[in-house]
Amino acid sequence: MSIPGTALKTGLTERDLDTLRGVEGTAGVSPQVSLMSAAEVDGEVYKKISIDGESAIYFLNNDVIESGRPFGAADMGGEAHVCIVDHTFIRKAMWGKKVLGSTIRLGGYEYQIVGIQKDSDSMLNAYTDTSSYDGTIMIPYTNAMNMSGASGITSVEVYIAKDASSGTVEKNLRKALNGIFNDADNAFSIFNMESLMKSINTTKAMMQAMLGGIASIALLVGGIGIMNMMLVSVSERTKEIGLRKALGAEPARIQTLFLFEAVTLSVFGGLIGVGIGELIAAIGSVALKIKFSFSPGAVLLGLGFSLGVGIVFGWAPARRASRLNPIDALRSE
Amino acid sequence: MADNQAEIKENSAAPAADPGAGERILPIRGDDGKRADHEADSDTGERILSMRGITKDYVMGSEVSHVLKGIDLDVNRGEFLAVLGPSGSGKSTLMNIIGCLDVPTAGEYWLSGRRIADQSEKQLARIRNREIGFVFQAFQLLQKQSARENVELPLIYAGMPERQRKERVEEMLERVGLADKMDYLPNQLSGGQQQRVAIARAISTNPTILLADEPTGALDQTTGHQVMDLFHDLNEEGRTIIMITHDRHIAAHARRIVRILDGNLLEGGELEDA
Repeated sequence: MSIPGTALKTGLTERDLDTLRGVEGTAGVSPQVSLMSAAEVDGEVYKKISIDGESAIYFLNNDVIESGRPFGAADMGGEAHVCIVDHTFIRKAMWGKKVLGSTIRLGGYEYQIVGIQKDSDSMLNAYTDTSSYDGTIMIPYTNAMNMSGASGITSVEVYIAKDASSGTVEKNLRKALNGIFNDADNAFSIFNMESLMKSINTTKAMMQAMLGGIASIALLVGGIGIMNMMLVSVSERTKEIGLRKALGAEPARIQTLFLFEAVTLSVFGGLIGVGIGELIAAIGSVALKIKFSFSPGAVLLGLGFSLGVGIVFGWAPARRASRLNPIDALRSE
Repeated sequence: MADNQAEIKENSAAPAADPGAGERILPIRGDDGKRADHEADSDTGERILSMRGITKDYVMGSEVSHVLKGIDLDVNRGEFLAVLGPSGSGKSTLMNIIGCLDVPTAGEYWLSGRRIADQSEKQLARIRNREIGFVFQAFQLLQKQSARENVELPLIYAGMPERQRKERVEEMLERVGLADKMDYLPNQLSGGQQQRVAIARAISTNPTILLADEPTGALDQTTGHQVMDLFHDLNEEGRTIIMITHDRHIAAHARRIVRILDGNLLEGGELEDA
């Protein structure tokens, strides 16, 4: 949640945080402080460092450490000066140097590096232009507050107990915060991750349903097209069918003949469709710089469906062909 | 069923139509009884086709049209029979019934010892494949396939393996004098040649009967005579031929003529204008 506070009270104090910790259903409250600063390593200054002040609890609920260790309760006092750096910073400032255990200078103090952050593979990272940015360094939030000079905490992560309902906890938090800010408007905003997730999933499900619907319509149209074509083909070839029957073709044989033609059509269409689909995906991956992933399962599913469409929509015309009376068929000139 | 045939023309040493006769796959030309080598009758006396009281009615709305009115017919192996009749006489309908393409409204039809009314659709297809060779007035060749492929078709349906098929097809096309045109398409062949391809196709499965519907109808006189000569030769080799025609000159090529008029069959008699 974000707590800009009011003109009278900007942000939360430690006591306020304790109030929040007491709210039913919560399993931890983690204040967050962000600021931009400069770091000095071996005499080199890096001006565009993003500082994230976090608490020990943060690391219990977020798996961000790749090596080294997270902050512990002992680091929160303000006396310890420990930090956790990310790969961007390492690339820019500590290439070839030992990382864990080294010290860097931040905001006038020497901080020891105790951990390295994982690289997140979010799309955000793919877009971040690292030329204008020198990396992110995490320090205890108490140190960050001193660095920034802020009087209150304006950003907090609240963790929900396993069997608590996010809606209820949100309500309770709101009550508590309203108490703190005397029901002032816009003093805070709560972002409920669970409901956010739910709405994202709903959107995703809706999109999938829509795409599925569109695909189904396309298949249906295609299938009807095939059936139509087959019916025309059968009626054009009644003489041929009659002849084949006169020469001894069993009805099943005629049916197979036409079914085969329908399936060939539909599978051929399926192959073209798969080809175009993969082509669009490849172009898209180059244009959007997203990884191109080839899924054989999807291809098989697509081809399987086109096979199915061919069989389903070709069956009726094929059956009709097999049932033609040979004399009527031969008679039609 | 016991034979109550009223019209036994030929040698009655012929065995009666036998319901229990076993399957004959690609029957070998019969050489029991008379030999089929000489100019005279190639009729072996063995009855292969028997019809009793064959009737065919067509219902159109409330009207009923009686196309065939109780036809009786017997054909022996090796005969060359012409069914002569004007258009509208029912001769095409009779041909369709003989060829197992149509089902009579009433009556009994026995072919090669089998009662046709008892046969399933699948069995009928088999009979058409193995027992009957069709020759149509309009040739009825598949236009997109070569002579070879056309002749091959009934053999494919008969389940013959590929190598045997190739041999057989070449043999048949040689027999009709088209050995040099095997890979030609129908539109590259003359009318007479196309009909000969059709004949090759018809005899490829060595059928009991060669059934021809106005075989010379689409051909000029000379070519027509050529086809008739071919029929002669085939008959002399022992093949049974039933030919439908309205042309008495063509009918005269056959050894036996039955006249059909208004759905009734008449045997022999003077050849008047049909």
